[in-house]
This record gives sequence, C-alpha cells and structure tokens, in this order.
Amino acid sequence: MFNKILIANRGEIACRVIKTARKMGISTVAIYSDADKQALHVQMADEAVHIGPPPANQSYIVIDKVMAAIKATGAQAVHPGYGFLSENSKFAEALDAAGVIFVGPPKGAIEAMGDKITSKKIAQEAGVSTVPGYMGLIADADEAVKISNEIGYPVMIKASAGGGGKGMRIAWNDQEAREGFQSSKNEAANSFGDDRIFIEKFVTQPRHIEIQVLCDSHGNGIYLGERECSIQRRNQKVVEEAPSPFLDEATRRAMGEQAVALAKAVGYASAGTVEFIVDGQKNFYFLEMNTRLQVEHPVTELITGVDLVEQMIRVAAGEPLSITQDDVKLTGWAIENRLYAEDPYRGFLPSIGRLTRYRPPAETAAGPMLVNGKWQGDAPTGEAAVRNDTGVYEGGEISMYYDPMIAKLCTWAPTRAAAIEAMRIALDSFEVEGIGHNLPFLSAVMDHPKFISGDMTTAFIAEEYPEGFEGVTLPETDLRRVAAAAAAMHRVAEIRRTRVSGRMDNHERRVGTDWVVSLQGVEFPVHIDADHDGSTVTFQGGGAMRVTSDWTPGDQLAKLSVDGAPLVLKAGKIPGGFRIRTRGADLKVHVRTPRQAELARLMPEKLPPDTSKLLLCPMPGLIVKVDVEVGQEVQEGQALCTVEAMKMENILRAEKKGVVAKINAGAGDSLAVDDVIMEFE
Amino acid sequence: MKDILSELETRREAARLGGGQKRIEAQHARGKLTARERIELLLDEDSFEEFDMFVSHRCTDFGMEKQKPAGDGVVTGWGTINGRMVYVFSQDFTVFGGSLSETHAQKICKIMDMAVQNGAPVIGLNDSGGARIQEGVASLAGYAEVFQRNIMASGVVPQISVIMGPCAGGAVYSPAMTDFIFMVKDTSYMFVTGPDVVKTVTNEVVTAEELGGASTHTRKSSVADGAFENDVEALAEVRRLVDFLPLNNREKPPVRPFFDEPGRIEASLDTLVPENANSPYDMKELILKIADEGDFYEIQADYAKNIITGFIRLEGQTVGVVANQPMVLAGCLDIDSSRKAARFVRFCDCFEIPILTLVDVPGFLPGTSQEYGGVIKHGAKLLFAYGEATVPKVTVITRKAYGGAYDVMASKHLRGDFNYAWPTAEIAVMGAKGATEIIHRADLGDAEKIAAHTKDYENRFANPFVAAEKGFIDEVILPRSTRNRVSRAFASLRNKSLKNPWKKHDNIPL
Repeated sequence: MFNKILIANRGEIACRVIKTARKMGISTVAIYSDADKQALHVQMADEAVHIGPPPANQSYIVIDKVMAAIKATGAQAVHPGYGFLSENSKFAEALDAAGVIFVGPPKGAIEAMGDKITSKKIAQEAGVSTVPGYMGLIADADEAVKISNEIGYPVMIKASAGGGGKGMRIAWNDQEAREGFQSSKNEAANSFGDDRIFIEKFVTQPRHIEIQVLCDSHGNGIYLGERECSIQRRNQKVVEEAPSPFLDEATRRAMGEQAVALAKAVGYASAGTVEFIVDGQKNFYFLEMNTRLQVEHPVTELITGVDLVEQMIRVAAGEPLSITQDDVKLTGWAIENRLYAEDPYRGFLPSIGRLTRYRPPAETAAGPMLVNGKWQGDAPTGEAAVRNDTGVYEGGEISMYYDPMIAKLCTWAPTRAAAIEAMRIALDSFEVEGIGHNLPFLSAVMDHPKFISGDMTTAFIAEEYPEGFEGVTLPETDLRRVAAAAAAMHRVAEIRRTRVSGRMDNHERRVGTDWVVSLQGVEFPVHIDADHDGSTVTFQGGGAMRVTSDWTPGDQLAKLSVDGAPLVLKAGKIPGGFRIRTRGADLKVHVRTPRQAELARLMPEKLPPDTSKLLLCPMPGLIVKVDVEVGQEVQEGQALCTVEAMKMENILRAEKKGVVAKINAGAGDSLAVDDVIMEFE
Repeated sequence: MKDILSELETRREAARLGGGQKRIEAQHARGKLTARERIELLLDEDSFEEFDMFVSHRCTDFGMEKQKPAGDGVVTGWGTINGRMVYVFSQDFTVFGGSLSETHAQKICKIMDMAVQNGAPVIGLNDSGGARIQEGVASLAGYAEVFQRNIMASGVVPQISVIMGPCAGGAVYSPAMTDFIFMVKDTSYMFVTGPDVVKTVTNEVVTAEELGGASTHTRKSSVADGAFENDVEALAEVRRLVDFLPLNNREKPPVRPFFDEPGRIEASLDTLVPENANSPYDMKELILKIADEGDFYEIQADYAKNIITGFIRLEGQTVGVVANQPMVLAGCLDIDSSRKAARFVRFCDCFEIPILTLVDVPGFLPGTSQEYGGVIKHGAKLLFAYGEATVPKVTVITRKAYGGAYDVMASKHLRGDFNYAWPTAEIAVMGAKGATEIIHRADLGDAEKIAAHTKDYENRFANPFVAAEKGFIDEVILPRSTRNRVSRAFASLRNKSLKNPWKKHDNIPL
C-alpha cells in the first residue's frame, strides 16, 4: 500500500478522498491555487502545495504543475477526484512516465471511453444495449423513412453537426419522418454548413440511470447497483438516489451485467460508471461511461457499505477485489441533494461571497461501512443517517473560479419515504447565509408529488418549474404546524422580555394566552396552555397541537416537536416578528395579541415596488462603463454595465431578456445602493 | 350614586371617541391608527393611566367656544413597557387635526415634568397639523413651554419621538430636541415650511414626501433615526428600543436574562478581514457575532453608512456600538459620519451606556466638499464626544487605524479602558504607499526602490505590535475570541467611576 498520495483536486471531493486515505493510514498531499489558500482541503491534508493562480487552467489542470508537486512531496500515487484531470489520458501518461500510480483506470480505458462514437461501438461489440440508430449517410427522405421504420417510431432526426436543438426533429410516423428529414437537412445546411443527418430512436419518458462498476487489475469486476439521476437542471444533476425507484431486479441485473461486460471489454480497473438512458418501458440504452469517481458516489456507498475511494486506492495498489458480486447487497435507500451556491430566485445565477454562516446538520453516519478493507456485509442500520460531503466552512469564501457546488447532503433510511423525510429535516437544519443557495429549491423538490411517487424523467425540472423557482407556498397542514410553533416561540420570547431589570414592582406585565398568528396571508387565532414540558396550542375553530422544544430566544435554528413529529425552522428577526424558513418557504410571521391583530388589520397593504424592470446598483460604487444603449435588446446574462466598488470591477448582467428603455447613469457617475441604473421596457 | 358613576362612564366614552366616529374612520382610511389605539400598541396591555382626559381648550375666538371636545387633541399619561414605566403623549388628529393649543401643550408639559421628577422616559407620538391658529400666540407659547421642557429633560430621561402624521412648522422643534426620532413611511412628514410656502418663496416645486418624508429624513437630512412600514410596526420597534434604554440618568442600563454563552467562540471571524488590505468586508457581521443572540438595534441605518451606530447586549446588558463600515467609502470618517457617531456617543454617555468601538478607518475623507463643509469642526465633534465620555469604553481595531482618525476612534489616549487589536491591525500615520512617497521623496522616480521602501514601511507598521509595544494597545486578541474578550472587559468595568472636572457645561464645537 502507498504511504503518501496526492489529491489532484479541490473542494468536497478532495476532502472526501483525504478522509478515506487517513482512515487507511496513508498520508495526504493537497494542491491549491491562490484562491484556495485557506480552503478546507488544504487544512485537512497533511501537506499542501501551492500550484498557481486561481483559474483552473493556470493551476489545477496544468499537468506540469501537478507533476512538480508530486515530485516535491514524493507522493506515490495520485487520486484525481472528478473533473479537472480525472479523465485526462495525457495526465495518466505523464504519471506513468514518472512511475507514479494513477488512482483510476488504465490510460487505454480512459481513451476508449472518452470518445462518444468509439465508446458506443465498443459497447455494441460487448453486447451492451445502445440507442438504435443509423450512423451512415442518408441519401434522401425515402431512405430516412425506411430507416425510421427499421428503428421503430418515435425517432429523432438529428444533424451530425447539430447542437442546441437546431436541426433536430422528432417523428412519430412516416409522414413526420419525411418532413423532418427535409427540414433538418435544410436547417443543418444553413446553420452548420454540414447537412449530414442521422436518425436514432427517440427515447420517451427518459430517465438517467447509471450503474456503478468496480474492477481490479486481476480481471474481476462487479456492479454495485444503480443510481437514479433524473433530476437535472440543464444537464447538471441536482438530486440523485440509490436504488432507482423505477428498476426491477431483472432490469438491474441486466444493466449491471452489461456494464461489467463493457468494463471488462476495455480492461477497466478502478471504480467507474456506466450511464444509461431508460425509457418508460424499462428499455435501457448505453449513453457513456465515466472513467472516474462520480460526484454522486455517496448514495451507492450508503446502500452498499462499500467505500469506493478505498476500493479505488486498493485496486490502484494492485490488490484484488475483496468483494464478490454475491457480497453486494443493497440495503435501504439513499438520497443525495447537491447544495449549489446558486440563487434559485434569480434564475439559479451563481452566487459568490463569504459564508457568514455555514452549519450543516450533524452527520449521523459519516459514510461507508467497510472497515480496513474488510467487507462488513451490512449497510448502516438504524432509523436514518445523514452524511454531508463538503469542502467549505463557516467564514470561508465561495469564489467565482470553480464549480458552485458546495456540499452533497445525503440521507439514508430503510425505505425511500423515510429517506425523503430525513432529507427534508436535514435540509431544514442546514444553515447557509451570506450567499444565495438552492436549499429552498431542494426542499421544494423533496415535497413535490412527482418526486415523492418516484415518477420523474430528466425533464422534471424543466417541466415542473418552467418559469424558474418562485418559492414555496406551504399547504394548510404545514402552515398550522408552523403557526403553532411560532406562537409557542413568541410567547417564550415575550416572557423573557418581561424579565428585564428596572420594572415596577408588583405591576409587571403579564404575558397572555391568546394570540393571533399571521403568516402567508392567513391568520390563525390560537390559545396557548403552557406547562413545564411545552405548550398546547389550541386553534380557534378546532384542533390542538402539542409543541415542545428546547428553543430559546435568539436561536437561529429552532428544532421543535409538533404533535410528536419533528419540525425544524430557521428563525430570524424582522421588525415586529419572525422570518421563518422551512420546507423551502420563506415566511414573514407575526404573532400578536387579538387586539394587536385587530389593529394590524387596519394597516394598508404595501406592495413592494416593482423592480423587475429596473437595474439597481447592487453596491455603492462608480460606473466604469455602460455596455448597452437605449432601445437595444439584451439577452439573459448579457453584460449591461460595469460598476467599480472598492477597486473591484463588477459586471452587472441582464437577469432576463428585455429592451433597454432608459439609462439613468453614465460612466463616471457615483451611485448608491439601489440607485436605478437603467430601466427596461 | 349610581347615576354619578354612569355619568363618569358616559363622559369617558365621549372623551375616548375624540373627534368622533367619522373622523376615526377617516384616520383609518389614511392607514393611520388613532391616538388611543397607538397607546394601546405602545404600552403593556391595560397598563395605561390617563391624565387630563377632560381638559378642554379655553379659546373663545372664531366660534371655538362652541366646540370643546374633552382631551383637546392629545392623550397623555403613563404606563409600562415590559413592566418599566414610561410617560407618553399621543396627539389626536381627529380633534382639530391634532393642533396644539395652550391646554394641549399644558397636558404635554404636565407629563414631561412628572417624567423628569420620577425618572422615566417620555415618548411622544406626533400627529398634528401644527399650531391651533385660532389661539394665536397662546399656541406658540405652548410650543415654547414644551421646548423648554425638552431641553431640561435632555440627558435626564430618554426622550423618543415617533412622527405618525404631519409635523410641520414650529412643531418640528420638539422632536428635534429629543434623543430619537422615528417616522412611519408614507404617512408621516416633517418640515419647517411646507411645499406651498417653498413654492411661493423659492419657486421650487416639491412634494411633501420629497420635502420631508421618511426617506428624506432617514437618508438625506439625518433628522430621523429610523423609519418603519406602518404604525403597528413602528410602535412594536419603539418598545424594542425602550428595552435597551435606562429609564433615567441615575440608573444603569437595563439587564435581562440572556441565552447566549458570553465566551462563545466564532471561528469564522478569523477570516473576516480579507487578505487584500483594500478589499471591503461587512463590519455588521462582526457586530452580530459579538452581540448576545445576534440582536442589534441599529440607529440611523440609512444615513452615513460608512459608520454604524446602534445598541447590542452583552451578558444581557445594553452596550452602544460605533463601528467603521469598510463596505462604504472604505469606512472613512467624514462630516456626516462624524456627526452621526458623535451624537450617538453623547447619548450613550448621558445614560451610562458603555461604548464598544470597532475600528477599521483609513482616515478622513479628503476633498474640497469636506473642507468647505467644515470637516475640521464636525470631525472634532466625534473626537470631543469620545474624549469627554466617562462610560466604560472598549475598542477593537480590526484592520486600519490610520492618522488622526486613529486618535478619534476611542483610542487609548482618549481614556479608552480596553484597547484591543486583532493581529490584522495596522496602526500608522497613513497607508504604506502614501507614507513611503513622503519619506522617500527622493526615490519617487524609481519604482523598484519605492516598492522596497513600501514593503519596509508595511513590515514596520502594518501590524498592531508597534502600538502594543508602546502600550497604546492593551492586548492583541484572536478575532474568534472577540466576544469573550469584550464581554469580560465590560464585566470588569461595571463599577467604573470617572468624573470630568466641574463645569457649567462644555463647549463642544457645534
């Protein structure tokens, strides 16, 4: 076994690899750019080597610099993580030449699987099901119809050079195939100057399901079940789970065996992932093979108990697999939610900045159950487990240079429903402040009926959130639970206020028992009977809830039990009330006495000013330049102007498509926060 | 006997109706509550004791003798806020537009006199069209009687004004002399002369909202200390402020039970100051992480944002915070920020509220607008305020403390009790670049030499140790332990006794 390995990566995956290496008694070397001097992976590693400026193409993916770090530290092996150099055969080659072990598959496997066409060919030869289609040149519409019939409708007619939906048609019958061929061809000729067309099976109700394989260099290979990764936003996975709620045992075995066959066909030796697209009838077709550790590997670890990183390292060191296919048992259910530094309310724009608060839920099972390379046979047991793979910490900085993913929150439970429920609580308990993040969106997905039923396709996000994410409206049952909790919390806070010094003896304020909770435009009059253990909150018009908690005023996270079921709230202050965040909802909550509530009802409703058609100055600063003119049409993401603040140039971009109606500021103007820079039609 | 009792009830009923149901409805339609409804929200339930419910005016001109509503347009009395006594007056817009008559003024004067005598704050809820014109000079006399009492009460009991409707002409000067002014957005305005007069005299066309609305006074004029969305929110937040304030100048600031470990370690503060000395960071994060339960009551949040002022609690007890804000104008001192902070420091000193000062200041803002505006004297206000303050003073320098601004910001030399610095502190006459260009003027043409000299200067002064060697800094502390250190410092100062020499009063550069 190695004494020292270098992790040629950053962020959560570098931390993840360091954890396993440490468990195996291997010392670790981190590499870091200028932007990562204080990063968590640098703090965790035994040694760290600086490799250059922040952009990855000047640091993390510069092979020479990584090689120099290896040489300087004497690392015997390199774990590449995912991304960066993980599927770079040149890097594998350079390591080979230097006599350093690459913790990954042989160079040949990377190359074979790195090319879409070659990999599909090899897959076909290995007996792996691929999307039926015709790759050769198609002469005319008649031939297109003939081929379509051979493949079976529906089919997709695609331009070879295509992209972005251009030159693409779906045909359900001969007529459509004929027309589609012609229009695709024309479009392709016009758009790409290349009118070559091919036809393949159009997969309906597609799901993205992938098989984890593990092979050693002694010819052994196994599969560790599948991962369902259908919840994606623009091809970026957001939620993954294992097993898939869709597969049956026979399909799983068929997919697994084909995946292993493919791996063996390319002499694979490491952990790898074979991605399939699966249609509504459980027909599955090979997409591609990822010759690295996959981001979402933790869900597989949680249901199999296998530490994939450890297995990769052992295989790389030449050890044979200690697990056989029969040892692999899928126990329970695991779900992963990817926490991104992306603002879901602003079209998932990446958000950068300082993590003023970062408190993940407590981990109850910190990962794989394989101890000292010995397969323990049992996956984690018990009620539910939480695992959080992360690469950041409170007070750390999310920089603009790298992937915006900051954590992978996983839950495990004996059943899917229990794992989802554990995830809801874990998301509610996850405190992240200082940057925009997608926690509310993840909560919304966990409560979405289609996700709960397991009935989703890769189009889930595009179909269910066509206008983007606009926040969560809590259903009445949840709202009542929040109302009961808020009432009980408010009462405690008010009682504390009456304990202030300097009060008039014998004329203290008595905190009452009747309250009106208003939230989400609804009012709930309640009566509170409090005792030493908690409060019974009785709703006017029927129903009572028992609220218990150890919450004290000022706690930003309130963990309560409402009628025996857990409820976790993020409780902040707003003038005269609470800001409560739970289950993806962001609520202004006011708890008032009945008389206060009566008077509050007299207050006019003030609509927030409509700023959707304005570009506001986000910080006090100086306009350096304005990039657009009045009357100009701008696209989402287009640069509008540059504001210099604190010697930093900030480019302000269009949040959506629009036409510039008015520009109020020009270069050289000094603006305050929220000054209107320009207006849109 | 029974008839007499019911007579009282009948009279009370009538008084409580103020200007009558119709006017009450009109008040509500404007989005405003009535004088009595406001008192209900301000005070603890059922704690209000009214004075002078049946007082009516004495005017006999212009047919006024025919309308003599009980109370005369203002409701006065006392009650409690979380069990602590306060005096309150609430002008009733439904009675003669809340206009101030001789008797109306007398009612206010009565509770102000009692407040000073009995040591309790005065809270004024202002909603008045101005002087009762029918009364002429009697009304003006009434204002002046109130003004004189505002002045005498200043520094004896806290005075809080909430502007909840019009407040114009002479009426503005009573709130102006109180400690805090809060406004209600969209329904209140304050000005000395209204839009009509402005137009007549200067031809300037301006709306009441632009001239004296909440936004104007919280952002531009600094007349108001804060603004709230509506009456309900405003009164709830005034209650919250009162929880921070001592009842009078003979009392210590209030203490209440707290649920936050005084020794709480905040590891994230170790990375608060960015590596690049010119990068900003949000000083509010430090305030919130020092404060008990992250609870901060900011004063003048929207004005001169390069300095932050407000109240927090440490170990349950009120502490005033003054902090440079590197996010705005790099946290420099200028006319506006000096005035804002000076007034806040003097309020704290009046009422024995300890002061925590958080320093990251690159100096005073240069420029003609500052010099012409008198930055010398305005800057001196803050210097003066700190220097005369005898309350416990704890200072933490997080990063820059350059030049005269270092002296001003509660330095050791201004009788700072505990002067801490983070390891990132730089205490120097100016930034390294500027200093080098002066000291090594001869080498100005040689960029390499200048860079080397700059590096030397940085090595020498871009740290807290030179100041610490001289004893100007008592201790260099870890950012993460700031709450612990500051809490302990204030705990050790609870019995601080320091007196300035006797004087009639000082002569602060106004």
